[in-house]
Amino acid sequence: MFPTPIERQSAGAQVAYKTLLPIALLMWLGPLLAVALFSVKPEGDFANANYWGLPSSFEGFANYGQVFFNSDMPRYLLNSFLITVPTVIGAVVLSSMTGFALGIYKFRANLWIFFMFVAGNFVPFQILMVPVRDLTLELGLYNTKTGLVLFHIAFQTGFCTLFMRNFIRALPFELIEAARVEGVSEWRIFWYVVLPLMKPALAALAVLIFTFIWNDYFWAVVLTQGAESQPVTAGITSFNAQFRAAYHLMSAGSIVAALPPVAMFFLMQKHFIAGLTLGAVK
Amino acid sequence: MADAVLTQTAEKESWFHRNQQAIAPWLFLAPGILFFAVYVIAPVFQSFNLSLYEWDGLGQAEYVGLRNYEDLYWEFVDRDAFYTSLKNNVIWLLMYLLAIPAGLFIALFLNQTVFGIRLYKSLFFFPFVISQVVVGLVFTWFYDPTFGLLNAMLGFFGLGPLNVMGNEHLVTYGIILAGLWPQTAYCMILYLTGLNAVDPEQIEAGRLDGAKGLRMLWYIILPQLRPATFIAFVVTIIGSLRSFDLISIMTGGGPFGSSRVLAYYMFEVALSEYGFRMGYGAAIAVVLFLIMMCFITYFLWSMYREERGR
Repeated sequence: MFPTPIERQSAGAQVAYKTLLPIALLMWLGPLLAVALFSVKPEGDFANANYWGLPSSFEGFANYGQVFFNSDMPRYLLNSFLITVPTVIGAVVLSSMTGFALGIYKFRANLWIFFMFVAGNFVPFQILMVPVRDLTLELGLYNTKTGLVLFHIAFQTGFCTLFMRNFIRALPFELIEAARVEGVSEWRIFWYVVLPLMKPALAALAVLIFTFIWNDYFWAVVLTQGAESQPVTAGITSFNAQFRAAYHLMSAGSIVAALPPVAMFFLMQKHFIAGLTLGAVK
Repeated sequence: MADAVLTQTAEKESWFHRNQQAIAPWLFLAPGILFFAVYVIAPVFQSFNLSLYEWDGLGQAEYVGLRNYEDLYWEFVDRDAFYTSLKNNVIWLLMYLLAIPAGLFIALFLNQTVFGIRLYKSLFFFPFVISQVVVGLVFTWFYDPTFGLLNAMLGFFGLGPLNVMGNEHLVTYGIILAGLWPQTAYCMILYLTGLNAVDPEQIEAGRLDGAKGLRMLWYIILPQLRPATFIAFVVTIIGSLRSFDLISIMTGGGPFGSSRVLAYYMFEVALSEYGFRMGYGAAIAVVLFLIMMCFITYFLWSMYREERGR
């Protein structure tokens, strides 16, 4: 293990390390903790310039209550879910098929199609912006959740295909050959042989895509406008305009908007990290 | 009659059966390729085409040849917008790369087995999970000249106040610092995973040969972390050129357009209150695309070599 494990070093080094660890963490998360502190303060503290002291009274319930019951925030959160969940399903379904095709079959265009997906996944959003917006307008889907979902599915298929294909490549190919010798049809090989083996990849992708789409801001601004379809990332700016200079509410709103992917991460940590670091180890 | 139908279906089945392995991949690929072609591949070409037109998004598009590019090159339309954005893009690209050594540093710091280290690792990774919009808000408040944590700390040392977001020389660096926060976390997790897989025998062998500290890191550890470093480079470069959310949230390109980058400038030209100059915006997008394409080609080339190597 590198660096040398701390338990093999002097007692002084061990104590130093164990005290440094929480201090480093506090500094690392400092800006975020500040916002968390703001979100439980009463309004008066900001008027009295009591920014960094203890809250003069704990107003967490009142502030978060305001966010949940007296603003459009629940609406935005619901929109975010209604955009994110279908996208996750769509992208995972499409890419498990494309990944299967590119991972299992040998045909001439294979590598080129794979590279098309990879390259498309890295393209700057701006070069897609105007045509995608026009297409969405023409389909009558501008300012709808469906319009956003369709685009997200298409774009995420690039990354997901890269992921799935590499995962399937690493599966034992003998399994598929054995099934073919038995005369199992290709579709049934996909469904009964490969798909069950892909469960970890499906879970990892689902968590990753959930986070990516939940956190998307650019396409939300380009393809939607009002509270009826905007996800929470775009909604938070309207929320902040509504509660301008009410820092306790804006802080609470930001924390609420950030929470679902955070919860997802802590619940599915293993899959999340496995997904993000695929390819980081040979 | 019934016989004929039967033989026909039998023949059909056998044709499909015989060619199953050639047809199946295309059937599996069809929906994915269709979506991707309509929403990603075609729009790239449409944007190239659109950049030769002047179009307000509603009326008739007028063919103007390369005039949009000339306007960009000479800055006929917006003074000090294109080159400021381009310069900022370069700053973003270079500064963002700091996430890689910073991520490695934190990964080395956390690669221990003391009590509770798993929780520490997750909490250090935390900023990556939060949306950039919230990161932007958090850092806007962090920099705030009246109540921000930064100025509270500067004030503690008798310095400040410093208005980072209002200073045209500092603003880009201020935003990049906000972006480095989640990006460093990402690089950290890549390296932590990589460090986990480092061969312990090589480390022991290195120790016997008297390799220590930095020499050990450079000659024995880093070569084994190469796959992690490659991915860190890819995601960091792409991330830096995609910077949009933070700028939009933290400054809106200001003050006086000094924190614009190409991605934000393009959006401003094509979709915000400036009026809908779609063709001009498409020209900016094409420039950004060509810059990115250099990196994408390099990444694909590396992947191609590796595929051949198998």
